[in-house]
Amino acid sequence: MDLSYGAAAEAFRAEVRAFLSLHWPPPSDTRGAELKAFIRTFRALATGEGYLYRAIPKIYGGSEQPVDVIKAQVIREEFARARAPMEVGGNGMNMTVPTLLEKGTEEQKELFIRKTVEGDYIWGQGYSEPGSGSDLASVRTKGELSADGKKWIINGQKIWTSQGMQSTHMFMLVRTEPDAPKHDGITYLLIDLDQPGVTRRPIRQMTGEEGDHTFCEFFFDNAETPVSWQVGERGQGWTVSRTTLKHERASIGGADGLGKQFAKLVDLAKEVGRIDDPIVRDKLTQIEGSVLSHRYSSYRIFSCAAAGEDPGPVALMMKLLLTEIGHEMALLAQELIGEHGFLEPAGAGGRSNRGPRGPEKWLDQIMGSLGNSIAGGASNIQRNIIGERGLGLPRDLAMSGER
Amino acid sequence: MHFHLTEEQKAIQDAVRGTLADSWPIERIHAFADGDEDFDRASWHALMALGLGGMLAPDSGMGLLDAALVCEVAGEAAAAGPLIGQLLAVAAVVASGKGDAEALASGAQVATLLHGGSDYAPSARAADLFLIVDRAKGVRLVPAADVTIEPVKAADRTRPMSKVSTPDDAGETLFAATDPMTARLADAALVLVAADALGGAQKVTDMSVAYAKEREQFGQPIGRFQALKHQLAHMALAVEPARALVWYAAYAWDAELPDAPRAAAMAKAHLCDTYIQTTRAAVAAHGGIGYTWEYGLNYWFRRAMADRAWLGSPAEHRARAATLAGW
Repeated sequence: MDLSYGAAAEAFRAEVRAFLSLHWPPPSDTRGAELKAFIRTFRALATGEGYLYRAIPKIYGGSEQPVDVIKAQVIREEFARARAPMEVGGNGMNMTVPTLLEKGTEEQKELFIRKTVEGDYIWGQGYSEPGSGSDLASVRTKGELSADGKKWIINGQKIWTSQGMQSTHMFMLVRTEPDAPKHDGITYLLIDLDQPGVTRRPIRQMTGEEGDHTFCEFFFDNAETPVSWQVGERGQGWTVSRTTLKHERASIGGADGLGKQFAKLVDLAKEVGRIDDPIVRDKLTQIEGSVLSHRYSSYRIFSCAAAGEDPGPVALMMKLLLTEIGHEMALLAQELIGEHGFLEPAGAGGRSNRGPRGPEKWLDQIMGSLGNSIAGGASNIQRNIIGERGLGLPRDLAMSGER
Repeated sequence: MHFHLTEEQKAIQDAVRGTLADSWPIERIHAFADGDEDFDRASWHALMALGLGGMLAPDSGMGLLDAALVCEVAGEAAAAGPLIGQLLAVAAVVASGKGDAEALASGAQVATLLHGGSDYAPSARAADLFLIVDRAKGVRLVPAADVTIEPVKAADRTRPMSKVSTPDDAGETLFAATDPMTARLADAALVLVAADALGGAQKVTDMSVAYAKEREQFGQPIGRFQALKHQLAHMALAVEPARALVWYAAYAWDAELPDAPRAAAMAKAHLCDTYIQTTRAAVAAHGGIGYTWEYGLNYWFRRAMADRAWLGSPAEHRARAATLAGW
């Protein structure tokens, strides 16, 4: 075992560092539109060096680099250290771009990839619907061809769209063959959200947050999109939606975040004068056992990815493990903050409302840890995945044949 | 970065697994558990014939991680024999230059571990030597002739314990309390027990999964039912990620990293808790059959209790870990 990245990676690190020291950060008086322009130029330069958008062909604005898990990690680490912007985030990069690269037409690739990479197009995810929950294939939003066969006419509702208020476009699953079996009648469409048939509304969450960064629901009333914006075959949307970014996916970044949060929990115990309490020390180290399991398992998964090996079922477990650890940390935090728990943290109900934050700020984490058990595949679905794909148990009868 | 097993390491585990499977089929475990032996000479020599006794000798080209992989398989098989004591004794003898390293590495001499402050040692009646590792007093190697042994009825039938007493000045001092090797041997012992617990926890999870696939109720394999599927997923979730905790602790010890002592304490505490939780869940997942003697789950459950108590409880090691963190 060896946790170092090796001499070649360290030489590469020096290159990345030299690049960053030359081009980042911006001069201290850069603000507003000027800062935006600076960041855009910086990203273009970094892409030119092969640091960003490595999985994307050059003709669509990427740097088209061979897969190298270690290099990608070094880039992430150095950019994080310099607090330099990485790739534009969000659904566009995670979902739209890989889907188009694999299944899109030439026209779709040209129309959307560069604009997404440069941050001009922001994509909302249009999978979930009210009433469909974890059974994504039960979508009811209808897509019907216009009389001339050139447009899809869309009617229905989508929900739980992150960044929905800022989204310019949506990729969505719509039911186009109502009589076909559940998984065969779904088509994958791209749609412009800036049109009269689209209404959006933010959803206020239990944390009190609402506004730009939270979920939205969308209503479609005869909204339209050209047939040429359909990705893949009609009725094959379910298969298209399974496309994911395979490139340089492994990272040990998630584990770092958890480690930092645990360190804050230890600080909280000190802050409230409970760090000498043997019960608190025992509980903290108990949680830390799981935090470290998560961290070292991420090393293991990363190491396997770099060597082109399958890490096995542990990779299926990381999300649920993270959720469970978040829950344990929330319970201990709740005990530690005591009567600070009576207070609503500053910042709740909108991120603009920031003020001095005492121990009650942990309420955000305590409630946020609940969101983790739902977002990105509910915990019970994760348990099914571990049971079925990880342990080889037979599928639930109600769901067999569907996944 | 390399943080997964090499082909050689997987091959070692397979070889050990094969040897122990031959030595310890469930019928043999039953007979051993009901008998009065605390050692099985034939299985011991079959294991030692693999040439793994000297893994912890500094020039072996292997290290604590490799030793942990072997102890993991021993835990899986619920194998009898003082494997952990033997591996540590070779490390201690080679590093101190005292004693017969070759006889120990080949298994011709049998050594068991007596943890400082404890009165109990496994396979004591079969031991030629007692390696006493005491953080406060140092490391000693005491011949069986200087030791009083009183066999007890042990809860863990796979590694029978005896009550052992040794005069303070018996045997030979290999390392003083202040010698860094004393703490290193004590830390290594923790990692190896954690590895035993890992192997056992994985074994009972595997047994439960296999049972859930074959046992039918209401006309279907019970593993199809979500309640049980989720319970099994939770067992796997407790065990599989914790594997890397053992690997890291062993790696940190091999590389002599500053956090090696703390990593050892964390691994011992976490895995021993995981083991007992997982065996409890395994019995529940099996239903009535899991509660019977004949099915055999109880051997791992008892071993889980012994691993937990051996070398100090999880709470004790977590308290140490908190202190080592400077909290």
